[in-house]
Amino acid sequence: MTENKNLLKPSRPVGIVGYGAYVPRYRLPAKEVARVWVGGRGTGLPIKEKSVPGLDEDVITMSLEATRNAMKRAGVDPAEIRAVWFGSESHPYAVKPTSTIVAEAIGAAPHVQAADMEFACKAGTEAMVMAMGMVGSGMGRYAIAGGLDTAQGKPGDALEYTAAAGGAAFVIGPADESLAVINAVYSYVTDTPDFWRREYQRYPEHGNRFTGEPAYFKHILAAGKILMEAMGAKASDYTWATFHQPNAKFPQRAASLLGFTPEQIEPGLLSPVIGNTYAGAAIIGLTSTLDVAKPGDRILMVSFGSGAGSDAFDITVTEKLLERRDKALKTQDYIARRTEIDYAMYARMRGKIAMK
Amino acid sequence: MTDVIIAGIGQTPVGEHWEISLRSLAVQAIRAAIEDAGGLKPQALFAANVFAPNFSHQAHVGALLVDYAGLAGIEAATFEIGGASGGAALRQAYLAVKSGLVEAALVVGVEKFTDAIGADLETAAATETDSEYEAVHGLTPTAQAALLARRYLHEFNAPAGGLAGFPLTGHINAAGNKNAMYRKAVSLETYQKAEMICEPLNLFDIAPDADGAAAVLLSRRDRLPVDFPHPIVRIAASASVSDTLGLHDRPDPLTFTACQQSVEQALEKAGITREQVDLFEYFDAFSIYAALSLEAAGYAPRGQGWKLAAEGAIARTGQIPCATLGGLKARGNPLGATGVYQAVEAAAQLRGQAGTNQIEGAKVAMIQSLAGPASVAVTHILETL
Amino acid sequence: MEIARHWRLKEQRYNLTGTVCTKCGEKSFPPRRVCPKCGSETSAPFTFCGRGEVYSFTTIYEAPTGFNETAPYTVALVRLEEGLLVTAQLTDLGNDKPEIGMPVEMVTRRLRSDGDERGMLVYGYKFRPAVV
Repeated sequence: MTENKNLLKPSRPVGIVGYGAYVPRYRLPAKEVARVWVGGRGTGLPIKEKSVPGLDEDVITMSLEATRNAMKRAGVDPAEIRAVWFGSESHPYAVKPTSTIVAEAIGAAPHVQAADMEFACKAGTEAMVMAMGMVGSGMGRYAIAGGLDTAQGKPGDALEYTAAAGGAAFVIGPADESLAVINAVYSYVTDTPDFWRREYQRYPEHGNRFTGEPAYFKHILAAGKILMEAMGAKASDYTWATFHQPNAKFPQRAASLLGFTPEQIEPGLLSPVIGNTYAGAAIIGLTSTLDVAKPGDRILMVSFGSGAGSDAFDITVTEKLLERRDKALKTQDYIARRTEIDYAMYARMRGKIAMK
Repeated sequence: MTDVIIAGIGQTPVGEHWEISLRSLAVQAIRAAIEDAGGLKPQALFAANVFAPNFSHQAHVGALLVDYAGLAGIEAATFEIGGASGGAALRQAYLAVKSGLVEAALVVGVEKFTDAIGADLETAAATETDSEYEAVHGLTPTAQAALLARRYLHEFNAPAGGLAGFPLTGHINAAGNKNAMYRKAVSLETYQKAEMICEPLNLFDIAPDADGAAAVLLSRRDRLPVDFPHPIVRIAASASVSDTLGLHDRPDPLTFTACQQSVEQALEKAGITREQVDLFEYFDAFSIYAALSLEAAGYAPRGQGWKLAAEGAIARTGQIPCATLGGLKARGNPLGATGVYQAVEAAAQLRGQAGTNQIEGAKVAMIQSLAGPASVAVTHILETL
Repeated sequence: MEIARHWRLKEQRYNLTGTVCTKCGEKSFPPRRVCPKCGSETSAPFTFCGRGEVYSFTTIYEAPTGFNETAPYTVALVRLEEGLLVTAQLTDLGNDKPEIGMPVEMVTRRLRSDGDERGMLVYGYKFRPAVV
């Protein structure tokens, strides 16, 4: 087999030294949205419920908690971190980075790169690939990358059922220190106008059914297929797989089209109970999978970001996972911490009530 | 040593004086005190005020008031020590006269809450807490008191509503005080039905912020007018003690250490025991503060102060009458002026001028004003000569 | 705008970093130059573990300016594992009733905006019910 020169593989092998997830406590059932906007018509709801951030939460506070969890598992000296990169479409500041605050709070400042990424729902995996580049090139020993969102859907829009909050962060470092080695990444990007939010607009616009075949499926399937081919792997060579999950149905269909069984995607399929966490959606599927994986397990992760593109990751779990996994809260610990709210409380919490 | 005499007292009604400005309110009290003292002219004015810079956008209150009171040219200063401002200004006047350097000193406390409305009130109140470690977390003075009350009720197994006796006593006594804000007794049932403001404190556990001004003119006995018409009341002792500003900085938040020490010092300086005190004007900005103050002053063991109210010991006929003209709860709490109101009321009691609320045969009164949760406690003992 | 006074406290606010007296070992939060126990002026930074239990709490309905967005909110005195008390909000209570003695853990949250929605966001410590 000849190596596919389009693969993204650093010259020094890299992996995940630590990982951490975060999901806020509040849940809005999809049927609540249906009750308010479509007279309670309840068939075909895209998910059961979605996570909603508390009044004092935003992408900065959530990124920090996910990073603290990742640092607990990594157990590395924060002074050795050379980059902190967070992807989101809901950074609380339009200008002023999330990443500097996270870097400062974990003690990584000041000898560090810090920047915020934006690429719709794949900004988190963009940050991860950048971190691989930094560590893999030898520019730094560790880099932190994550993706979290407090996503907003226009009231009554299809996206309002699913636009959720949460995500994950990773400490990327040398493969020999990693709890999971990243064997290779493949990125597939085109100019596709399936979803966007213009400057100063509060809510995004989307192309309805155009977001499906020409956008989500085209990119996810291409990225997944090309990576697997390049790695000489079939779906059955992977123990687990996780995909960007804008709703419950899309990732299950993508998995099936790529040849994966429902069992393989089960631990990473969180959208039914937390919704679409945007930049966090694929990678929180990864943290949830790592929470149950065994050494030697192989994982395929494929993100998707509108605009559009996918990053596909081929990952192998190492022995180190076992000693680090229990050092921080698990993804399911956050999901179990659940308080249901109604649409009125949701409208207040998400700033949907005009105050001035 | 020189005896420091309360030569004159003056006060305005406490309430919402929408139509009267800060300076007019204070001038009313100042002129009343001077008149009460037979026209004695002070050489210094010590003003007590907390929120004029916030609510009335007015600093330099002392200088403003001497001018408008027709006293231009005399020494003027303003004291801000939170709720203890009145007590602290009284102490400055006492020290000035006691030292012999000033022959007559006027203390005026004034507060003008109605110059502001809405969230500005809570915002200003929060500046009394530790700004960087309490106020930034949204804490307010009322919440501080609620934190203490909840812990108190929990730790000492006091019943819910165990603090009711304090506001009820205040309201009974305020009925006989024409300057009080709420001149009406309140039933236990009304108390129990009242809305929670900061659980476990309800509406009646919290003294109302209000407008008011009170003044006291201090002088030496040999400077009193020859036809001085009142029984002579002197300040027998003055003591001021501080504690941490932040509640969290205390090893035991349920002990008002500054209260305790200032009472002990004052009793010692006055050469009396607490049993000789005929009435105690405590600082019941919150009902829990009354309980903690009584314990700190040695009238009840730790955790038992609430029983003094429940069992009637603080009533006018009780073992230690408190809030004899309504206290902060029912007379109202014009914050910086409150300590001066306490002095005016105690002097009235000792002069036998307290009308229907007169404590028979009262010869010794103790007054105490507190900044925050006793971050400063200023205690004075007044007695008839 | 109060940028500087929040900025200079960021380390303590993000991580509950106080001081430990290098003479007698007394730990302080807020940080102190002069040890409240032995009076020594030599101290080193000390980061508290962030776990503790509720000593007392109350809920504020009438909030000062800057806190209206999150009112009603619950403030508490938290007894840290290291022994001292800290004032902070309780967050993520959901429908849970807080209780004295409830185990809590530190999180970093938005404390307030400096001014209105145009102002800087102020982040700092709060406590939530311990998750597991």
